[in-house]
Amino acid sequence: MKPSPLRIHRPKTVEDTLELLAAHASDGKIIAGGQSLVPVLNMRLASPKNLIDITAVEGLDGLTATETEITVGALVSHRRLERDPGAACANPVLGEALGHVAHPAIRNRGTTVGSIAHADPNGEMPMILALTGGRVKVRSLTGTRTLTADELNVGPLETSLEPEELITEASFPSLQPGQRAGFDELARRSGDYGLAGVGLIMSTDNTDFASTSDRADYVDNVDPASSGAAGTAATITGLKAGFVSVTDTPDIIELDDVVAGTPVDRVDTIVDAVASAIKDFIDPEGDIHASADYRRHLTGVLAGRLLKRLSRPKNARGVSVLSGGQ
Amino acid sequence: MTTRMFGQKIKRREDPRLVTGNGRYLDDLANGSVAAAFVRSPHAHADIVDIDVTGAIDVEGVIAVWTHEDLPGQAADRLPMLIPHPSIVAPHTGFALAQDHVNFVGEPIVMVIARDRYIAEDAAGRIEVDYEFLDPIVGVEQSREGQRIVHAGMDDNVAAHYVQEVGDVASGLDRAPHTLDLDLEFERSACMPMEGKGVIAAWNREDESLQVHSSTQTSTGLRAALAARLEIPLTRVEVITPDVGGAFGVKINHPWPEELAVACAARALGTTVKWTEDRREHFISSAHERAQTQSVKVGFDDDGRILSLDVKFWHDNGAYIPYGVIVPLNTSTHVTGPYNIANYRVEYWSLYTNTVMVTPYRGAGRAHAVFMMERTVDAIADELGMDRTQVRLNNFVREFPHPMGVTMQDGAEGCLDSGDFVTSLDKLKALVGWDDFEAYRDQARAEGRTVGLGIGCYVESTGAGPYEGGHIEVESSGRVNVWTGLTTHGQAHATVFAQIVADALGVPIDTVHVATGDTRKLPYSVGTWGSRGAVMAGNALHLTAQKVKAKALTIAGESLEADPEDLEIIDGIISVKGDPSAAMPLAAVSVLSNPLRYAFDESAKAATQFAKESNAEEPSVKPGEQPGLEEQEFFSPLRSTVANGMHAAIVETDPETADITILRYCVVHDCGPMINPMVVEGQVHGGVAQGVGGALYERMAYDEDGQLLNASFMDFLMPFASEIPYVETDHLETPSPLNPLGIKGAGEAGTIPTATTIASAIEDAEGFPIRAMPLDPSTLWELRNKHAAGEVPGPKAGGLGSADSAPPSTAGHK
Repeated sequence: MKPSPLRIHRPKTVEDTLELLAAHASDGKIIAGGQSLVPVLNMRLASPKNLIDITAVEGLDGLTATETEITVGALVSHRRLERDPGAACANPVLGEALGHVAHPAIRNRGTTVGSIAHADPNGEMPMILALTGGRVKVRSLTGTRTLTADELNVGPLETSLEPEELITEASFPSLQPGQRAGFDELARRSGDYGLAGVGLIMSTDNTDFASTSDRADYVDNVDPASSGAAGTAATITGLKAGFVSVTDTPDIIELDDVVAGTPVDRVDTIVDAVASAIKDFIDPEGDIHASADYRRHLTGVLAGRLLKRLSRPKNARGVSVLSGGQ
Repeated sequence: MTTRMFGQKIKRREDPRLVTGNGRYLDDLANGSVAAAFVRSPHAHADIVDIDVTGAIDVEGVIAVWTHEDLPGQAADRLPMLIPHPSIVAPHTGFALAQDHVNFVGEPIVMVIARDRYIAEDAAGRIEVDYEFLDPIVGVEQSREGQRIVHAGMDDNVAAHYVQEVGDVASGLDRAPHTLDLDLEFERSACMPMEGKGVIAAWNREDESLQVHSSTQTSTGLRAALAARLEIPLTRVEVITPDVGGAFGVKINHPWPEELAVACAARALGTTVKWTEDRREHFISSAHERAQTQSVKVGFDDDGRILSLDVKFWHDNGAYIPYGVIVPLNTSTHVTGPYNIANYRVEYWSLYTNTVMVTPYRGAGRAHAVFMMERTVDAIADELGMDRTQVRLNNFVREFPHPMGVTMQDGAEGCLDSGDFVTSLDKLKALVGWDDFEAYRDQARAEGRTVGLGIGCYVESTGAGPYEGGHIEVESSGRVNVWTGLTTHGQAHATVFAQIVADALGVPIDTVHVATGDTRKLPYSVGTWGSRGAVMAGNALHLTAQKVKAKALTIAGESLEADPEDLEIIDGIISVKGDPSAAMPLAAVSVLSNPLRYAFDESAKAATQFAKESNAEEPSVKPGEQPGLEEQEFFSPLRSTVANGMHAAIVETDPETADITILRYCVVHDCGPMINPMVVEGQVHGGVAQGVGGALYERMAYDEDGQLLNASFMDFLMPFASEIPYVETDHLETPSPLNPLGIKGAGEAGTIPTATTIASAIEDAEGFPIRAMPLDPSTLWELRNKHAAGEVPGPKAGGLGSADSAPPSTAGHK
């Protein structure tokens, strides 16, 4: 549980970082929060000779949210993004998914961009990037390029990044009027990788059903997915879904043809069809925590429940609590 | 009169130091010493063909590289068989460093000593070992079949085979109107203390002595073992246990291979060598527990009274059995629990496999026993359509003492010495709301929710001998120093032993200072395991304090010209009962107890030869007496005292995801009079937490090659605080007749019935039998599918939470 000998570099600028990356392309690794990399180093599953610590690099800690997109610099921690009111207004699915990324202590150190670069199919944020149609900005000494999630993700823990490239920021499109989004997963323990996780973006024809101003309530801990005025009529026009732990890469399925034309108060009539389409789409594997069949079943259940939740009017959450005891 | 400390919820006196980061754990010590790292077998079963250490020797900073052939004298022998037992037919233990052969993934083969641990690991990574592979034996099934053999020279894999029978089981079964058969499975887990094992060995070249610090549960045991294996006089070995960050059983085995190898290296190099276990090492090379395959046949009458119980089980003991067969032995002796079963037979086979060895983990085999018995009792209730608590009532032992008829781990016959199971059950039913549950179930069902209620009862033999001791010294300042030889790893010894001593001696608790686990002060001790600390050392210290008090009163009586019988000690002041003016502090007695020539301070002057009238006819220290207000005493019980308890749980199972949530968890516990109820409740809470781990989360996942697939906290799912329910507790205090304080052990209680209680609740929620634990959502979902397909039987008599379950039966109690 001790890493192999290595040298730590601490550049102050992006340019210096890129120089170091180019110099150590074959045996160098970027480290920011270290929440995935340090265990790998300690178990000697990887033995890079050079660690390029970017935590002192200027200009990588930007976080902005507008009506069009949320831009997240490479040094923004999961926790900061999770708690950012602007990001919550722009697209609450980020914060909702981030609430499932490990534990607060890990979210305080780990970075969202680092998680995207790690490309773990069990990770929430690579999927959220894909679900929202986000992009990453990639720099090297030879230039800058912008990649979609699809272009970035090649396979489990594998991206199209070249060794000398650095992701400087990720951007996630904001929800548009009439859209709602949500995330849910079931993990064995709180903070574990999900046995399965589902993210949905639902589009409707009614901009009052889900407005940006309602989403500001998120900062007061109101369910971000249930943010329309009670009794508002709306018809679903589109749905897309992304998954955690049940696909090799963050693949997105468009379900517009299954859901289009269904009023939100009749969502029950399409839940089975949505779940069924999703179960056909995903490709889960069994492991010591759950069988493949169970994960497939679970994904369908989670998707159905989430779709129903997104279709409910504001604050219509039914909670039943056992009395007695404590 | 001062308040009696015994029974008070005094806050743990050790906590301010520990929770502010001032604990001194093994790895906090001897910084700068050289470090050891081990090359461990990556294969479960193989012959070692060749070890090439060339690459390691070239690494800058490497000091020594040892294989088996470098171990001196008896250190090269097989490790000791610590606890012999008549049932052991083929005792096998490993070596400090493997000789020619490896039997599990993680077995140490080469020790590298280097300037620091980083370098040691760099060098270890360059050592090449060639193996000839053998087929591994993994799991009870493969071991039992005996097609492949773990230890060459054996015809099968049976380490131990044992039968105990009380009454006549065969005729009891013949007579029984009803019989049931149950096949059960219990999976592997492990202790997982926050701090792993670790050892620091320091060789003193001047006097050729060895001082060892170890994160152990028995400093005295380790001391004796190291002296024997290093072939040095016992008097030149001391073992000190620093703060220990949890143990739970795994640190009772000794000497661990690393303890012996590191001590040898320290002597050979004439220096201080340190090894701290890392988490992966703890997973693959310490010890596990719990895997058993069980088979029960029970005969009972129309009221659910058990007439005969026939139990067989197969216990996976891993590759070696240095700690004997304590785990299966405890299982075999705890099955009948709180029940009066005239005919009981148990037969076990303890089996070798190519996996990490099995030694006691909190509960030490008892959770397995309770699982068998309580699943059986629930099955009887289902078969007869009776309320599960009624079946238990109809079988409870009601008179004490109740001889159990079986021989326990201490070699004595088991005996339920105290308890009141009927009252305990009443308390539990009241606490959980047993009789109101059906109304709650109906309400939940109306909301589309599935809930279930479960119960588990157990007894636990605690406070096993042979003995434990106390040593108390009153300094001339009035400070009371208390030592006991057993070790401390979270048990609040500094608090509860101080409570006992403060009461017995009559001093303020603030003046009492407890130290444990240091062979320099009290070399006679057994160790901390089996819920024995409070019973054994607590009573020893009680007796020791009484002895100190008697001596103090004698000395004070001379000074005060009073009969010692007329004196009392309150708040550290000795006075004549009813005459507070005739008084002196205990501190002054301490001064007088040690006649002095030299007055080093004002109080010492009172003890010098010209300070008091001397009696020319008597020596200063009378024959048979010792100077100083200091005594030692030991407590050795006739047999173990048996604690008991009952748990109930309410769980909710998600109808779609099969996720399992514990809504309520209730415990009624009887460990006799509680020294400190807050400490007891803390023990219960922690025990339940570990029990929940074993019930719903933890298992050691070995593949068919004997590779442990989840050797990290990422995949071995020890529950977090977020997975642990609030634990509601109530207590019954029936004193034990077996010791002066009447106390029974409490350390392991919480874990023992948790798995079966949760199984009982899930069974009640789901309406089909739960016969294997742990249970996770994926497995439960698959059980549901099998149940729906008719492959898992449903309830036979309308019990198990079906909508039309019968009201509680009172048959047989009219």
